[in-house]
Amino acid sequence: MAKATGAASPLPLPAETVILQIRLPRVLAALAVGAALAASGAAYQSLFRNPLVSPDILGVSAGAALGAVVGIFLSLPVLAIEAASFAGGLTAVIIVYGIAAAIRGRDAVLVLVLAGVVIGALFGAGVGLLKYLADPYNQLPAITFWLLGSLAAANLHDLTSLLPVVVIGLIPLGVLRWQIDVMTLGEEEATALGLDTRMLRIVVIAAAMLMTSAAVAASGIIGWVGLVVPHLARLTVGPAFARLLPVSLLFGAGYLLAVDTAARTIGAVELPLGVLTAAFGTPVFLWLLAFGRRPAWS
Amino acid sequence: MSAPRLAVEDLSYGYPGHVVGHKLSFTVGAGEVLCVLGRNGEGKSTLFKTILGLLPPRAGTLRVDGEPISSWSPRRRALTFGYVPQHSGGAFPFTVAELVLMGRTAHRGPFAAPSATDRAAAEEAIAALGIEHLAEREWLRVSGGEGQLALVARALAQEPRILVLDEPTASLDFGNQVRVLDAVRSLAETRRLSVLLSTHHPEQAFACADQVAVLAGGKLLQIGAPADVITSATLRACYSVEVAVLPVAEDRYRVCVPRLYLQ
Repeated sequence: MAKATGAASPLPLPAETVILQIRLPRVLAALAVGAALAASGAAYQSLFRNPLVSPDILGVSAGAALGAVVGIFLSLPVLAIEAASFAGGLTAVIIVYGIAAAIRGRDAVLVLVLAGVVIGALFGAGVGLLKYLADPYNQLPAITFWLLGSLAAANLHDLTSLLPVVVIGLIPLGVLRWQIDVMTLGEEEATALGLDTRMLRIVVIAAAMLMTSAAVAASGIIGWVGLVVPHLARLTVGPAFARLLPVSLLFGAGYLLAVDTAARTIGAVELPLGVLTAAFGTPVFLWLLAFGRRPAWS
Repeated sequence: MSAPRLAVEDLSYGYPGHVVGHKLSFTVGAGEVLCVLGRNGEGKSTLFKTILGLLPPRAGTLRVDGEPISSWSPRRRALTFGYVPQHSGGAFPFTVAELVLMGRTAHRGPFAAPSATDRAAAEEAIAALGIEHLAEREWLRVSGGEGQLALVARALAQEPRILVLDEPTASLDFGNQVRVLDAVRSLAETRRLSVLLSTHHPEQAFACADQVAVLAGGKLLQIGAPADVITSATLRACYSVEVAVLPVAEDRYRVCVPRLYLQ
């Protein structure tokens, strides 16, 4: 506040540094990563007409993981590791989409998903190989730490690359919200209702790919949020993307912030985010499954 | 004489390496109902999907009001053709009102939210089918017949010139079959819609059709008025069963009875 108004800060300097340089970037990163993962998951679930789809479906996490692990294996600086992770995520999805585009005459969505599964597995094998070869005292813990996800290292610089990418990814999802609903009916019906399904699919995949890659590059692999938060949102406000997207964003951002705060404070050492997202999310999810939104008429 | 609403000229259809139908030609005028009969696997759905542009034709030409449609965009097709699929692929719990509103997709730009006009058209389509009481129910949770009526309402909300229904009465109870066919008949009359529908009940043609087309062996076996086409001979050729076609109510309607049951 004082910073913004230009008045002399009432806080002692170390406290100001902690709040502005350490806590604030971490809070903002948690909000952005949670929102990005949840929005990507919601978009993919609608696009692939399956509520069990996560943003990883086209291999983005496996690609990002391999990129980061290669970076750690080569002892690159942190910035380069993040860049490698981002590039790895994009590369995996582009390869998957390229394979699906090359194989014609089959259900396009099915080919995409299967290509995503096998390419993801291949990249996962690459990660396994590098873990096997890595120096067990320095590199292996770093790799493990990264693969479990953490925002401990989030700084202002991460935000300047993360936030714009997330915003760029969100814009097309926001403006295409009505068409994304129609995509949930499947390729043929959506086409018969007047959609250019191929173009829409490319745009949605590109948007989700950008957001997920940026999120994973900043935080490592954080499972669960992209799979389950959209589900929670759908149980709360129904499947229409115009409501699903903003609610997924809020839930995802709020959820990851809460989990990250817990990760930071719950134990003597920081706990991995990927572990806590699942540990906290599972009871919440089960509760909503049992008591969430029911059809209006029952 | 003006061009027919839909003209199918020497159309061959099917999949790469597998032609299902050969050189079909027929026309459907405005306000006319064409009923398509044929065995399972004869390619009725494939024919409809080809007409709708969901599958590329293997050969031949499709015209709407005289204009070839091969280069039309999905959006332009959706403004002309309303499609009622046999099964909807929807997997998420949208309400019937939301589902019908999706019929308006082609009427607005890709980024636009549904306008008041869109909502009014969707409401009107729901009212035309008499399913206002279903509007706020989840479409996955209504019965098969109600779901079918909702899909017809969605196609109607498209404000098409041609309505294509793929076995709209399959899996409906007797009352809903009558309701759907009656709705189709009256929509064709009141809105001058051209209607293509497929069915496995030849009798239904007497209830709603101006023309009947019978597909057999990948060819158009016969096409014409129901009374001329739906005969024992044609049904034998089509389905390989002996059927008596009997007039009822001073021949205002005819019933098809397998001869097996008359012995």
